[in-house]
Amino acid sequence: MNSFSYVRPDEIDVAIDDLSVHHAAKFIAGGTNLLDLMKENVERPARLVDINRLPLQTIDDTAEGGLRLGALVTNADTAYNEQVEKRYPLLSQAILAGASPQLRNMATNGGNLFQRTRCYYFYDTDMPCNKRKPGSGCGAINGYNRIHAILGTSDSCIATHPSDMCVALRALDAVVHVSGRLGERTIPMADFHRLPGNTPQYDNTVQPGELVTAIELPAKGFADHYAYLKLRDRASYAFALVSVAVGLDINNDGTITEARIALGGVAHKPWRRPESEEQLVGQSASKEVFQLVADSIIDGAKGYGHNTFKVELARRAIVRALMQASKLEKIS
Amino acid sequence: MQSTSILSAEVTVALPEKSLVTLTINGEKKQLELAPWTTLLDALREYLDLTGTKKGCDHGQCGACTVLVDGKRINSCLTLAVMKEGASITTIEGLATVDENATVQLHPLQDAFIQHDAYQCGYCTPGQICSAVGLMNEGRAKTTDDIRELMSGNICRCGAYPHIVDAISEVMQIDKNS
Repeated sequence: MNSFSYVRPDEIDVAIDDLSVHHAAKFIAGGTNLLDLMKENVERPARLVDINRLPLQTIDDTAEGGLRLGALVTNADTAYNEQVEKRYPLLSQAILAGASPQLRNMATNGGNLFQRTRCYYFYDTDMPCNKRKPGSGCGAINGYNRIHAILGTSDSCIATHPSDMCVALRALDAVVHVSGRLGERTIPMADFHRLPGNTPQYDNTVQPGELVTAIELPAKGFADHYAYLKLRDRASYAFALVSVAVGLDINNDGTITEARIALGGVAHKPWRRPESEEQLVGQSASKEVFQLVADSIIDGAKGYGHNTFKVELARRAIVRALMQASKLEKIS
Repeated sequence: MQSTSILSAEVTVALPEKSLVTLTINGEKKQLELAPWTTLLDALREYLDLTGTKKGCDHGQCGACTVLVDGKRINSCLTLAVMKEGASITTIEGLATVDENATVQLHPLQDAFIQHDAYQCGYCTPGQICSAVGLMNEGRAKTTDDIRELMSGNICRCGAYPHIVDAISEVMQIDKNS
């Protein structure tokens, strides 16, 4: 790890100002990803601004009937929060599918949004990586790319976003609150993470000096019909090869009135295709309908060799998650 | 051109100051002077001689460094000591108690690990036991499947998992066949 200076402000404004006026400064909260990357020399901040004492530690009801998750509430406290478990079980399940209990006790909601890719070439400073070192090339495209993206890729980068939580947040249409020197603004989850294009060094649309203060969940939680299906190389504590978050609204007569389907492990951001979800509206739940929708969601998916299996895996995972959410198949 | 130009350009910044960090370790208040980049794990092992907590992967992947911070289990390799200012830390050395006759009473989990032969090389054991204490504090595990899932952050390369689950389920009074 490189040497760095350290401060621990108590106020949001002080933290934002400190980050803005110091060269190569970074916020640190749980530290589970940042410190790991610093040990690998992938991140080399000159200053750490510890935000753990800022007043962003609560989960509160919103006036709109939703829930506001403080940026510094841990992943564990969020997943086990009574309101989250009851009203947003999809989010609770997705969080608990990620990392380990120890890491979930440390990792924060804000930090989870900023997780960086687990691409091996990004982590290895001896390898080319356009995300770590713009212009150096991509080792993964023609290299070992088993864990890499099949949708929304570019010639510069085929990295995936590793989060489980963010896949559920994307399905739930969560909104991220950020604060900066110019004031506060909100970013819908749809626009928070970005596709790599020719600037893969930018994971998201947060501007330098901005601080995530909260994640807001809209009232609709899909608590009656939901599923988070995560497929990985071992039974627990591994990143997703493919994951699917599903939320369905189903009428008393069995007609689907709304569908949300978000994919993890397949792209640079949680992947959704709203026009495919629309195909489910007005339909009754059935495997045949779900297969058509799955084909539509992964339309255009492209494998790079080692990860080509993900195309079929994603298709089947979408169908299975929809079967589980509509209760046509039991969750095993 | 001098070949050392890159190096000499970089080494112009003075090293940041060490700072005083106060931690309560196994019930005792300790004050340490630490550089900010000292992890909690290194503080325990290198500055407090508490070498029961093990350094395995040093990247939060193996769980050997698990300690309890204010009762919650964390990976001590992925946090800086300075970030835990004022916190109460429990390590494997702090689990046993000593009664008025100076007799050491092992923690029930320590006893159960011995009874069930829940280790081979023993390197992961302090982390396994601290993690299991955290698991019991959380109160979420109801079955042995739950124990396996919620202990997945602790790797045992000897493969003593069945006995580890036996030891924990006995202390938690969970049916071994659940």
